[in-house]
Amino acid sequence: MRLEYFQMLDAIVAMSDEEIRTRAVVPDESTVFEGHFPGHPLMPGVLLIETMAQTCGTMVMAANGYERLPLLVGVKDAKLRQFVPPRTVIEGHGRMEHNGSGYAVVKADLNVDGKRIANAQLTYTLIKWPAPDLQAFMVEHIAGLRAAA
Amino acid sequence: MSKTFDTVADIIADTCDIDRDTISADSHVIDDLGIDSLDFLDVVFAVDKAFGIKIPHEKWTEEINEGRATAEDYFILKNLCTRIDELVAAKSA
Repeated sequence: MRLEYFQMLDAIVAMSDEEIRTRAVVPDESTVFEGHFPGHPLMPGVLLIETMAQTCGTMVMAANGYERLPLLVGVKDAKLRQFVPPRTVIEGHGRMEHNGSGYAVVKADLNVDGKRIANAQLTYTLIKWPAPDLQAFMVEHIAGLRAAA
Repeated sequence: MSKTFDTVADIIADTCDIDRDTISADSHVIDDLGIDSLDFLDVVFAVDKAFGIKIPHEKWTEEINEGRATAEDYFILKNLCTRIDELVAAKSA
C-alpha cells in the first residue's frame, strides 16, 4: 500500500470476470498516520472502502476488456468491523453481482487472518477512458500487480 | 396496466423512495419523478435483476446525447416498459 498515492493494492492473487482476490499490507509508516491518529496509527475507514473499491474496480475493468474506466458512484451496506493498525495484511475479495451496460455492481469484503473485517456493495459507472495514456498506465499497473502475487 | 409496469413502478417506489401512487405510465422518470442519474442506475440494476436482462443504458444515453433518440423514448415509463418487454422477448427468442 502507498496510502499517499491512493495505491491500495500490493498484489492480485487471483482474478476472473466474476471474482477477484487481492493482497495489501498496511505500511508501517505513512503521513496519513501522523493525523490518524497522532501516536495511535489506524487505517482510516474511508481507505478500507477505497481498498475494496480498487479490488473490485480492477475486476470490473478486466471483465470489460479494459475498454472502460470504472468510477465508484455508490457504497451500500458498508460495515467496518475492526480497527486496522499498521503492518496488517489485508486480503481483499470481490464478486461480480451484475456487469451491466455502462455500470457494474459488486460485493466486496476485506479479511484479516481469515476473519471478515469490512464489507460493502459497490456500484461503478463505466466511462470511456479520458486519455489513452491513462488506459495504458492502468493495464501495465494491473499486470504488475498480477506479477507480484 | 401491464405486469411490467407494475414491477417497474414498484422498483422505482422502493429504490427512490417515491410514493407509488404518484407513478403512472405517462410519468417521465426525470422530469416528473425527479430521479437523477445515480438513482436511475439503481433502478436499472433492479430492473436488470428482476427481468434477467441487461438494459443497454450506455447505448441509450449515447443515442440521446447524439440526437438519435429523445429522452422521452426511454424515460417515459410506458416507453421504458415497452423496451423492457422487447429485451425480455429478445432474450427468450
